[in-house]
Amino acid sequence: MHAIVALTVLGLFLGFLLGMAAKRFKVENDPIVEEIEAQLPGTNCGQCGFPGCPAAAQALASEGAPVTLCPPGGKSLAETLAKMLGVSFDASAMDDGPAKLARVKEELCIGCVKCFRECPTDAIVGAPKQIHVVMQQACTGCGKCEEVCPTMCIEMFVPPTTLPEWRWPKPQHEVVARAA
Amino acid sequence: MRLFRFKGGVHPDEHKVTTELPITPMPIPKRLYLPLQQHIGAAAEPVVKVGERVLKGQLLAKAKGPVSAPVHASTSGIVTAIDEFTAPHPSGLPVKSIIIEADGKEEWVDNIIPIDPFKLSAEEISIRVGEAGIVGMGGAAFPAAVKLNLGSKHRIHTLIINGGECEPYLTCDDRLMQERPGPIIDGIRLMLMALQCNQAYIAVENNKPAAQSALRDACEAFPEIEVIGVPTRYPMGSEKQMIQTLTGLEVPAGGLGADIGVIVHNVATAYAVQQALRHGRPLISRIVTVSGGSIKTPANLEVPLGTLAEELVEFCGGLSETPKRQLLGGPMMGTSIPHLDVPIVKGSNGVLALSETEMRLQPSPQPCIRCGRCVQACPVGLLPLEMAARARNGKVEDALDFGLMDCIACGTCSYVCPASIPLTQYFNFAKGELARKRVEQQKSDRTRELAKARQVRLEREAAEKKEAAARRKAERDAKKRAEQAAKEKEAAS
Repeated sequence: MHAIVALTVLGLFLGFLLGMAAKRFKVENDPIVEEIEAQLPGTNCGQCGFPGCPAAAQALASEGAPVTLCPPGGKSLAETLAKMLGVSFDASAMDDGPAKLARVKEELCIGCVKCFRECPTDAIVGAPKQIHVVMQQACTGCGKCEEVCPTMCIEMFVPPTTLPEWRWPKPQHEVVARAA
Repeated sequence: MRLFRFKGGVHPDEHKVTTELPITPMPIPKRLYLPLQQHIGAAAEPVVKVGERVLKGQLLAKAKGPVSAPVHASTSGIVTAIDEFTAPHPSGLPVKSIIIEADGKEEWVDNIIPIDPFKLSAEEISIRVGEAGIVGMGGAAFPAAVKLNLGSKHRIHTLIINGGECEPYLTCDDRLMQERPGPIIDGIRLMLMALQCNQAYIAVENNKPAAQSALRDACEAFPEIEVIGVPTRYPMGSEKQMIQTLTGLEVPAGGLGADIGVIVHNVATAYAVQQALRHGRPLISRIVTVSGGSIKTPANLEVPLGTLAEELVEFCGGLSETPKRQLLGGPMMGTSIPHLDVPIVKGSNGVLALSETEMRLQPSPQPCIRCGRCVQACPVGLLPLEMAARARNGKVEDALDFGLMDCIACGTCSYVCPASIPLTQYFNFAKGELARKRVEQQKSDRTRELAKARQVRLEREAAEKKEAAARRKAERDAKKRAEQAAKEKEAAS
């Protein structure tokens, strides 16, 4: 009987202690980090210079990394991030040329399967000793495949603009007020 | 009939010098360039091969998807290539086209002419219209069958046939109405059947009295069709403005005419419908006005689709001087093209070569003085100056709040702006920006999905590997045990 009471009391006391400790020493997990991470592509391609999207989200939230850091996300992602973080950014600074895509030079490919293991979106199709091919609809242009290719058979190219993708340019003539 | 007035609008100089000139058939050129995308929607898919001989009216490319239109051969000849060719588009980018070398025989394909189109059901009519490759001939080139099908989803009480032709210079619809009113009325009756609607108005601007009287004579026997003279004011020929003028109803923002029970079709579309249903002829030619101060002898031509604009100009005696600007379509909404080596497509209603004297002098843009003339002129009731200021500063979302998507790009605001600000161009730019953002967003959503799918795949593969290893181990153990058992048995015996 004594044993049962002692163990119950001990259990309750220790449980209470643990509960208090969990409250008191709670690790602050910034909800904004999770929110940012949900917006990022999640491919962990590393083009931003951080080891993967979670790290980039952390850097954006606390280390003041620029919202323009993600090339696959492009301008629209930068705008969403800027809105979330309440910062402004220079949209014109983002226009560093059109988006690039990867392409396999078929005469150089030896079918080593290195690139398609690396591709964060599974955009490369291939098999050992078969020529690989990049499915351009799925390619984000992160260039990871280019880095691992032993024969340098992957090139990053700018896809030509097609008619449905063409957009009206901004009127060029700047309106300048003349001094009276 | 009581007419209503839409807000704003302008009355530019008409320049309709070709009103009196009858439609002249254009001889078949040596080569025809038929883009697979001559309409809004998905590009058509070729069904012929290079080297194949095709007959006039033969199907070259079939429609792909619900909003698309097929392409037919404008003459008989050999398909020499299916290749990229400059599109009649402001970008000047190439688009996949079927190129036919004409053999001059003009041999028609054996087509089945329906017994009596008026015995067909509403659905069959729109199917046939779709098969004939008919699109809106007023310029927008939206597949006509899709619009005729709306009768099944919405209750359509009025069909408006647009004979406004409010763009300066153009007279192709005017001539069609003057010369072929009978077939137009016939086509309208068929369209009414397809829409299950029993009232049609043909709206013709009051600067075309000959066309009005020709149509009135032709529709005397049909009380359901009425010709209405509407004031000459740009942009009368715009669908929403025309609906407002005739019915007093405004199409809701982001909506369609069908939402308020009205459908608008161009007169030339009605004519094409009649040709397809009565004679089994697909849309392979159209009437084009060739005009402008730099054209030697302006004319209205009936042109086989795919003919180069250059050849039209040559047929009209060539250029009298180097034009300041060359356009496909009217001067207000037409497409400025750098050269004339582009084909005439289903939606091309004019080829214009404007001389310097005709062009309004366009000094470089000055700052906006907020005079509000664009606001007065805007037929939709928007604030062009506010939208342009936002588009210029890259704040397209803010422009959206000012009703950017309701802008019909009619160019009236640019026309009246005393500071020569290219307002319409800013709106085109802003709309493009929004479209680009939408596409980018889709791509990044897709990337996220792909990355997730890859994660799932990697996990599954790892699990499978583990499972396989476990299975192999189990098999090995079982084997070992069996061997041991056998040995023990042996030893025991």
